[in-house]
Amino acid sequence: MRDVAIIGIGHTKFGRAAKTSLELFSEAALQAVDDAGVDLKDIEALFQGAALSGFEEGQLMPAAFSAAELNLGPIPATRYEGACASASVAIRDAALWVGAGEHDIVLAGGVEKALTMGTSFATRTFAMACHAPTEGPAGLTFPGVFAMAARVYAQKYGIPLDSLREKMAHVSIKNHRHGALNPLAQFYKKLGDLKVEDVVNSRMVADPLTLMDCCPFSDGASALVLCPAEDARKYTDDPVYILGTGQGSGCPLSKMEDLTKPVSRITSARTAFKRAGLSPKDIDLAEVHDCFTIAEFIALESIGFFDWGEAAEATAEGQTDLGGKLPVNMSGGLIGKGHPIGATGASQVYWIVKQMHGDAPKGNQIDPIPEYGMTDTLGGDFGTLCHIILGRTKRGA
Amino acid sequence: MAGRTQEDIENELATEYLVLTYADYEAGLREGKLLGLRCVPCNKITCHPMPVCQWCGSRDLERTELSGKGTLETFTVIRVPSEGYEDDNPYIPCIVKTNEGPSVVGRLDYDTERATQDLIGKRVKLSSTYTYKGDKYSGGPRSCPVFSVID
Repeated sequence: MRDVAIIGIGHTKFGRAAKTSLELFSEAALQAVDDAGVDLKDIEALFQGAALSGFEEGQLMPAAFSAAELNLGPIPATRYEGACASASVAIRDAALWVGAGEHDIVLAGGVEKALTMGTSFATRTFAMACHAPTEGPAGLTFPGVFAMAARVYAQKYGIPLDSLREKMAHVSIKNHRHGALNPLAQFYKKLGDLKVEDVVNSRMVADPLTLMDCCPFSDGASALVLCPAEDARKYTDDPVYILGTGQGSGCPLSKMEDLTKPVSRITSARTAFKRAGLSPKDIDLAEVHDCFTIAEFIALESIGFFDWGEAAEATAEGQTDLGGKLPVNMSGGLIGKGHPIGATGASQVYWIVKQMHGDAPKGNQIDPIPEYGMTDTLGGDFGTLCHIILGRTKRGA
Repeated sequence: MAGRTQEDIENELATEYLVLTYADYEAGLREGKLLGLRCVPCNKITCHPMPVCQWCGSRDLERTELSGKGTLETFTVIRVPSEGYEDDNPYIPCIVKTNEGPSVVGRLDYDTERATQDLIGKRVKLSSTYTYKGDKYSGGPRSCPVFSVID
């Protein structure tokens, strides 16, 4: 396999978009193509994450029509659907195809118009990524799934629920503080100075998760241009290399041994580390899937950044903030930046690349510039997991 | 195809791959029974119905009925329901570990204002069935077990 590099990145403003999903993706894709300094005619394939486009705009095959919007010709253009992990899976496959030698220059990314659906219908369609036969009639929602996981976490580690809720609030406070600094975030200049009581006292969504424990619904798109690592310096002085990826699949909630230790995520992360030849202690920053505050704890522990049951206290202590042991979600994460589900994985990679270019929003740049970064993306209730490890130098270099 | 009637073929297909279908399982729930599968090689119980044993993957399965009793693993009180579930709001989805081994997702019949963390670990039993009326995305009505606290 050849090594693969990211040579161009693009990202729309997250939030509510009047543009169609095809227009949103075009905007991100053209930014990425311009950033890479390649021509549209150089693109050999498109790998696009899009989870709910049929429900949002009655648009099936957004990948094929995105290729058409950009006049890319009759190249392979494939939609990836892994719920909230759709774009990560698309990027992983793009890297594998480029690595395999099938293509040289490709576009990968994702798009979604979830905010446009409204809360009630969006909640219904998101819940479709649960196990429909068993979790459907019970009326489980995604906040509901993570609310159940929060109760297990509290029970398992002997943390009084009120105390855990306060620790969870620190995820929301931190990620909203970061999102408020990010001009492309849904909550730019908003909610940047939350207090614990603001989070725990906001409207209850699924007991014990409040509205401020939850990420928003969002519209947006993000895209990347990939090429073989050996060619990367022809296009840019700052290539970022995809050092390792992993993907894992889950099962119905009732078949999970422990909601706080998803095997799909543990397996995916381990695969990515193995491919990269790295371990959790090598990672300088991470963008993890904080769809809900408790989800960030579960992610940090499953990847191996913290021991089981220790992410809650570590977060409350500031270990995942700028200047801490491992800065997490400096972009604002899903909570502060927004969560256009099909685009989220590409957005995570985008913000790691920005950090590696020393180009993160003012107040959010890690110093010194990080050498290794990692994304963690979760689709559904642990149904699809994907991890991508990025570095500023090639493997073995 | 000589020698085999359409009825023979359909009878064979009915049980060759699925010893217990989801329709059978939901019909059982509506009769107050929690149906599952016993694995002949490993003797463990699978529930909800699957084409293979959830523990060892064997396809050698027999129908069985579970006691309907178990322990409450976790739950939540939904207060922002999704489209189609507004009439139920608020309600309590839960996961119950059955006495026989497998966990099942269902609902808990309990006062939503009194549902606190100390419910976890309580003994529960199958008490009724909830049937979601269905919408254009659900493939028709769907049923799940409802549990009540017994101690």
